Amino acid sequence: MSILVNKDTKLVVQGITGRDGKFHTGRMIEYGTNIVAGVSPGKEGESVDGVPVFNSVENAVKATGANTSIIFVPAAYAADAILEASEAGVKLVIAISEGVPVQDMIRVTPILKQNGTLLIGPNCPGLITPGESLVGILPTMIFKEGNIGFISRSGTLTYEVVNLLTLNDFGQTTVVGIGGDPVAGLYFIDLLERFENDPETIAVVLIGEIGGDAEEQAAQFIAEKMTKPVVAFIAGQTAPPGKRMGHAGAIISSGSGTAEEKIAAFNRAGVPVAKEPAEIPELLRKKLAGKI
Amino acid sequence: MKIHEYQARQIFRNYGIPVPDDFLCYTVSEVENAARELNCMTVVKAQVLAGGRGKAGGVKLARNVEEAVNAGKQILGMTIKGLMVEKVIVTRAADIEKEFYVGFVNDRNTKSVTLMASAEGGVEIEEVAKNNPEKIIKYPVNPLTGLLDYQARNIALKLFGDIKQAQKAASILTKLYKLYIETDATLAEINPLILTPEGDVFAIDGKMNFDDNALFRQPKILAMREPDEEEIQEIAAHEKGLSYIKLDGNIGCMVNGAGLAMATMDMIKLYGGSPANFLDIGGSSNPQKVIDAMNILLGDKSVKAVMINIFGGITRCDDVARGLLKALEIIMTDVPIVVRLSGTNAAEGLAILKETGLPTVSSMSEAAKKAIELSKR
Repeated sequence: MSILVNKDTKLVVQGITGRDGKFHTGRMIEYGTNIVAGVSPGKEGESVDGVPVFNSVENAVKATGANTSIIFVPAAYAADAILEASEAGVKLVIAISEGVPVQDMIRVTPILKQNGTLLIGPNCPGLITPGESLVGILPTMIFKEGNIGFISRSGTLTYEVVNLLTLNDFGQTTVVGIGGDPVAGLYFIDLLERFENDPETIAVVLIGEIGGDAEEQAAQFIAEKMTKPVVAFIAGQTAPPGKRMGHAGAIISSGSGTAEEKIAAFNRAGVPVAKEPAEIPELLRKKLAGKI
Repeated sequence: MKIHEYQARQIFRNYGIPVPDDFLCYTVSEVENAARELNCMTVVKAQVLAGGRGKAGGVKLARNVEEAVNAGKQILGMTIKGLMVEKVIVTRAADIEKEFYVGFVNDRNTKSVTLMASAEGGVEIEEVAKNNPEKIIKYPVNPLTGLLDYQARNIALKLFGDIKQAQKAASILTKLYKLYIETDATLAEINPLILTPEGDVFAIDGKMNFDDNALFRQPKILAMREPDEEEIQEIAAHEKGLSYIKLDGNIGCMVNGAGLAMATMDMIKLYGGSPANFLDIGGSSNPQKVIDAMNILLGDKSVKAVMINIFGGITRCDDVARGLLKALEIIMTDVPIVVRLSGTNAAEGLAILKETGLPTVSSMSEAAKKAIELSKR
């Protein structure tokens, strides 16, 4: 078991003929992801790595039954691509595009809700269910099948920590990069809930960072609703206020959204917070053994 | 992106929000002329991109020309939160019956543009939010309809008991929402919005921030950018595909990915050092980026050691190593450098670096410890 993506995922790649779309299509196929279609207006009839290209998501869905989409189009067109997938009936959309205007995401949100479409991202590395399906740009060699659920606002920090987990024999059910933007799709609570309900996941690692209060909300959710152990790490303890730390959402504004507040919230909820990434496997081991 | 108050006032005026006239002045004699022209009680206000100007002494009331000149002398050239005041505005002092707060922000939780309004105006809204959150009305606007007239009116009625005054305020709210959307703002606030004894409603201070991701479609807003020295550096780095923020420590770091870059800074601090910067070279393998990044790091004279922390995913460690090799050919430096390469093609990258004699380590904890040790030599 896993969450969101698995062997039954039938993926359509929007922006498949672009540089990034093409490159990552190849990598995803190599991993065994079932890519059934690509979309690039004006290029219907062509193929990329054996994947048929269509003019629209609607055509792609009709011809192939695609149920999940991954988006590589430039930021200015990302909102349009997300809505196109949603209206074509795709139920899960992963937006990799970085630099999408916030207002665009605010406008798409109610329409996705209306259509019952789930979104991950934008500005995210996507997700992977090891051994089954890669829908994203994550480096596959560090993942391993197992029982740990993983949620993170960051890309390379995810790789750093997953690598440590794998080296310590903690494989993963599903690893989800939710992205670094302030207004994004599925977030901590949505995914914690899915991991809680996934019979194969025995514990969750959560990687947060400065900005917003999603970690505080996650801490409350864990305390009230979760039976499975969670271990956390928060990046940005040394970040100065008022500065955007690379990610559009990673900013301490008017003194709120600090790492201290988030760590305190997790501590109150009984969630151990690692001082550095290398501490996470040990905390997980102790937490699973009921020692903390 | 931030803009000055005088710029926000201009945008407000363009959208029909009533704002008293003001004169932008760079010198004391310009302040004098402005005060003469206005010929009434005036306010002289520092124009810097920082909050808390009033508390810092950057806003002064002047009863006559002489007092305005004195205020100009005191404020021009002063420093507020590290920023030198190079210009002020001189504006008519308004007769205030009551002060209010109104503003729009992007709210992460409701994923909407949210209207915030309060009868506690003229003070820092963060203070009100902390101490008396019940005194702030929050209203998430449906993005599909925008802020409707009746919604604006009903919210205004909660602040202004009188319907005529409320209608004036409601008209300001709908205009503020319109300009917020049309300029891709992330903050548009009027604090205070005032009621005069005559029953008029005015904006006498304004603050706006904009979405950096939307600047590509906001040329008029982009043209208003007046970056300070630090921001000039950050923008120059951004144009090279790097995300750079200067800090006050002495260990320069170069990392791929924002989260890992933050974690690297934190780790340097955890082991007793102090990071000199945040620097994310992003997800590509272009060796030029590494050269540009090293130029920035080694151009900072406070940097006593450099820690390079790469976890290769899409970024290939051998490409980073090649870039580093080139950078060290071009830049002469005796600043010690420690390198950590993991992930995609790490072995190839490390082999390339072997001939440089640079210390290489396999984990970020080791890299941080080593960098701190080297910085102390």
